[in-house]
Amino acid sequence: MKALYRLQAIVIKELTQLKRDRMTFGMVIMIPLIQLMLFGFAINTNIRDIPVGVVDQSQTALSRVLIQTVTATQVVQFTEHFHDIESAQAAIARGDVRAVMLIPQDVSQRLVRHKTVGLGTPPSSDEETSRPVAQWIVDGSDTMVAAAIKGLRAMPLTELLGLPANRITPTFEVALFYNPEQRTAVNIVPGLVGVILTMTMIMFTSAAIVRERERGNLEMLITTPIRSIELMLGKIIPYMLIGIVQVIIILGLGYSVFNVPINGSLLQLAGATLLFIMASLTLGLVISTIAKSQLQSMQMTIFVLLPSILLSGFMFPYEGMPIEAQYIAELLPATHFMRLIRGVVLRDVEIMDMTYDVTWLAIFTVIGLIVASMRFKKNLG
Amino acid sequence: MSQTILNSNQPVIKTTQLCRDFGSLKAISNLDFEVEKGQIYGFLGPNGCGKTTAIRMLTGLLLPTSGEIEILGLTLPRDAEKLRLKIGYMTQKFSLYDDLTVKENLTFIAKIYGLSRRDQAERIQELLNTYGLDQKADQLAGSMSGGQKQRLALAAATMHKPELLFLDEPTSAVDPENRRDFWEKLFDLCEQGTTILVSTHYMDEAERCHKLAILEAGVKRADGSPDELMQNMGAQVVEIESSQLRQLKQTLIALPEVITAAQLGSRLRVLVKNSCSDPLVFLAQQTALSTNAFTLVRPSLEDVFVTCTGKGRQ
Repeated sequence: MKALYRLQAIVIKELTQLKRDRMTFGMVIMIPLIQLMLFGFAINTNIRDIPVGVVDQSQTALSRVLIQTVTATQVVQFTEHFHDIESAQAAIARGDVRAVMLIPQDVSQRLVRHKTVGLGTPPSSDEETSRPVAQWIVDGSDTMVAAAIKGLRAMPLTELLGLPANRITPTFEVALFYNPEQRTAVNIVPGLVGVILTMTMIMFTSAAIVRERERGNLEMLITTPIRSIELMLGKIIPYMLIGIVQVIIILGLGYSVFNVPINGSLLQLAGATLLFIMASLTLGLVISTIAKSQLQSMQMTIFVLLPSILLSGFMFPYEGMPIEAQYIAELLPATHFMRLIRGVVLRDVEIMDMTYDVTWLAIFTVIGLIVASMRFKKNLG
Repeated sequence: MSQTILNSNQPVIKTTQLCRDFGSLKAISNLDFEVEKGQIYGFLGPNGCGKTTAIRMLTGLLLPTSGEIEILGLTLPRDAEKLRLKIGYMTQKFSLYDDLTVKENLTFIAKIYGLSRRDQAERIQELLNTYGLDQKADQLAGSMSGGQKQRLALAAATMHKPELLFLDEPTSAVDPENRRDFWEKLFDLCEQGTTILVSTHYMDEAERCHKLAILEAGVKRADGSPDELMQNMGAQVVEIESSQLRQLKQTLIALPEVITAAQLGSRLRVLVKNSCSDPLVFLAQQTALSTNAFTLVRPSLEDVFVTCTGKGRQ
């Protein structure tokens, strides 16, 4: 009973302080707003309008039609024309264009014999007759850009000659569930909930105990009958509310601005989010009991935040990482949350069906809380 | 609590060979002292002499390297948690929340100490009145003056009516008038039966204590009531009225019988060891001045302090 009373005292104190701290209060709202707008619009893995150049050695009507056909794909945009390959390569090196299309002098002969056009009687397996129509020289350092241009390799050329589409039956039929239009925002927005919560939750709580120490409040606090666990819980509870507000902002805007559907039930969503908020908050508390100053706690927050963005599956698929990196990713609460929230928001799964991630987050929270309470000794050394 | 009341002879604080090291630094060495119930006990010493370290050990904030502490019949650090409700601690630096109002701060403390909702309001109002803060109840603590903050800190430290109160340099950020008032409050508390341990580096404050210990470099140099200390200091104080005091001072402090000499305006205050049977005659001989120039005066606490510290000083 007394314990609850003391816990309530800490919670009210934290909320009152938060109310007076305009900066932090503003960050609670502005961080999710700004980050969502930034990432939601900026991150796009469907690459369009890559600036490219062309070296047209044939200078025929056909070559100009070829350029138009490629432009029509919207993958690239021809911004420059070069007279020779040397100046084209120099432009790639300078970064003016990301790639150059080289149209050879004999483009019409190559085209006529091209297998997709299917005019030539000679067998298309013949080395002589099945040469590509033109060549792309690509700045391959950015794998995403390179992949987009590589995607043009098998571009159908039938339209070029005004012929009816002579479609090749694909080997596989692909049915795209959950995000048929392949919009990046659908994957990014739910993931962003994880990134923003990691950032704000860990940041706020990691400063929580350190701040009391720095301002000298701790010396008073530890001579009172308050227990470590009460102090820890009292510090966490107000931020849980903040976390929920942030999630509502992100998913609400994601729904209205970016058309990200929320397919799962809100209850499931709340469950997954609370689990993650708790795990992040206790991680912040553990940091807070280790750090000696607010600066140190900030540095440690960044140390956790970066892998949470890069390894959690938010930006790059988890499956693509080497095993060692996957082990590290498994340690981060953000990784488990990415799976849960994408599952609930996009695929309408029940979180209880994702037992592994749920259990992991729950255990992380309990252990974190115990570690933080044990590390926080009620003395000065 | 009943135990401590029954055993009124038992000291409220008793330490035995208390030591605390920070690495190679001996912050407190072999400290023995006792505080009786209802006393104001002072720790007098320069900055860095170990006053704060001693108080932190006595409040259970620091673990002793060795030695024993017994407070209100409890043994530290084992019973630190049990002690929390019986002691109050006012830290050297203001340690309440700057961004909470006076009332919010007191309400927080009241809840932490488990006062019931009804007692809370009553006790807080009582404290606000006692410490002259009723007009300031809704002001942010951070925006108050040094004297007001200090009164608020004392109000918070006495919220749960502790039997024993620790005050670590409570008046260091306060003007003389507020200091006087503050000590009046301490004597009020003392009269109500609270035992108080206060650290200070002001002589006039130390003189108000019932008993005090002079600390230097973590070692207790002397203890007792101010009068006892003055009587037993092992030196006599002579004031010399003369011209060219600076030069005279140089001559005198070179003598082995003279402990120290300090100028006070147009007089020179000289501490002469008791081994010198007649200091007036002795000084007259040494200085070739007429005996009229010398007066034997009552020692002050500062004289005691200078006599028993000096040795460890650079």
